[in-house]
Amino acid sequence: MSTEIAKTVDARGSFCPGPLMEIIKAMKTSTVGDVLEVWSNDQGSVKDIPEWINKVGHELVYTENAGDYWKIAIRKMK
Amino acid sequence: MSKHVVILGGGVGGTMVANHIARTIPEEIKNGDVKVTLLSNDQKHIYQPGYLFVAFNEAHMGQFERKEKTLLSPGVNLVIDNIVKIDKQAKKVFSDKGTAYAYDYLVISTGSVPTFDTIPGLAEDSHNFYTREGALKLRDALANFTEGKIVVTVDVPHKCPAAPLEMSLMLDDYFRVRGLRDKVDITYTYPISRVHALQSVADWAAPEFERRGINAETFFNLETVDTEKKLAISMEGTELPYDLLISIPTHRGSKVIIDSELGDENGFIPTDRHSLKMIGDDSIYVLGDATNLPISKAGSTAHYQTETVVHNIISELHGLPPRAHYDGKVVCFLESKMDEASFIEFTYNKPPQPAVPSEMLFWFKLAYNEMYWLFARGLL
Repeated sequence: MSTEIAKTVDARGSFCPGPLMEIIKAMKTSTVGDVLEVWSNDQGSVKDIPEWINKVGHELVYTENAGDYWKIAIRKMK
Repeated sequence: MSKHVVILGGGVGGTMVANHIARTIPEEIKNGDVKVTLLSNDQKHIYQPGYLFVAFNEAHMGQFERKEKTLLSPGVNLVIDNIVKIDKQAKKVFSDKGTAYAYDYLVISTGSVPTFDTIPGLAEDSHNFYTREGALKLRDALANFTEGKIVVTVDVPHKCPAAPLEMSLMLDDYFRVRGLRDKVDITYTYPISRVHALQSVADWAAPEFERRGINAETFFNLETVDTEKKLAISMEGTELPYDLLISIPTHRGSKVIIDSELGDENGFIPTDRHSLKMIGDDSIYVLGDATNLPISKAGSTAHYQTETVVHNIISELHGLPPRAHYDGKVVCFLESKMDEASFIEFTYNKPPQPAVPSEMLFWFKLAYNEMYWLFARGLL
């Protein structure tokens, strides 16, 4: 399956509503199979985004430390 | 040759930008070197944060409405017209009557529109405090509610992230004061694993909910409302029975933005997070709810962005580069009771920490509701 990024969400500096909310927003308008990459400088995202993915049933493609922020890629599964 | 600044939208951001430009360069406007036109589709200016207080019958709608004309500096030319198209190539905006308005600089402050049609059953059987009619209807429903289950649902993306918490905490206090709390069951729902997007706010609110007997249902993304059985059903599979459903709806950019194809898939305009220019267009600034910035959609956001937009436009009018940078500043009051509030402040780089709730902060919030009219006029 392709890991080409369909959309990048730059949520750096998003304390409120926060990177997880930004990715939920982006997921709603994406197509099943799309890979979305979210950028976050909140370390909490490394925990709470995979937790949400797991709960809802999407796929965590990768988590990458990009220096002063993280890149987290998610595939929409349903 | 005269430069024309056109501001689209007569809400918080548009009104403040228009007044601040007019008050900062009055001579240039008087001489005709600069013309400032505010285009609004409504004679009335509404301070939307007031809806929360209207819903609890703590304030009257009239306290949060003024005629737009009475708020504007004499240097601002107000035109009531319904703009349906923005043509950035031609640098013109067009009304539904076909009138064209040419601009040198355009400020887009068209806000957002609450949307109830994305979830089946929601429009038919929910209450809200995001529209004028919704706040009045909710006020009447709450005033007559004496027992049963209230469920608060939160869709994504939504305006002011503090509001769902405030509604739930105020509901608790509202029914305690009326001596009905033991007959009213309150359930707050939230889309993620904790009760608020901000960890610090969640850490404060979760024990507060527990102490006050407010049920919290996390990982709850509303998918459908069964209006027959009166059930709120989430995509995670949870079903919550309700007698009164209060919705924090999702929202999207305004119709003119969507029709002009300036927005993203939700109709929010890609905006540079520091300069507040529309990405890819040097003549357009965007502020308030109309941007796609990943920060709170709240009046205070537009308020602080005004400083950057005004400074940059005036610099450009004077032939200088636009160097003012918006730092992501947002300030929120957070109502925790009918007579108590907390307060948070944050930027792109400074995380928020809620202040200890107090009666003084509540009174400050009430005072701000009145002072708002001075801010809107550009006097503060």
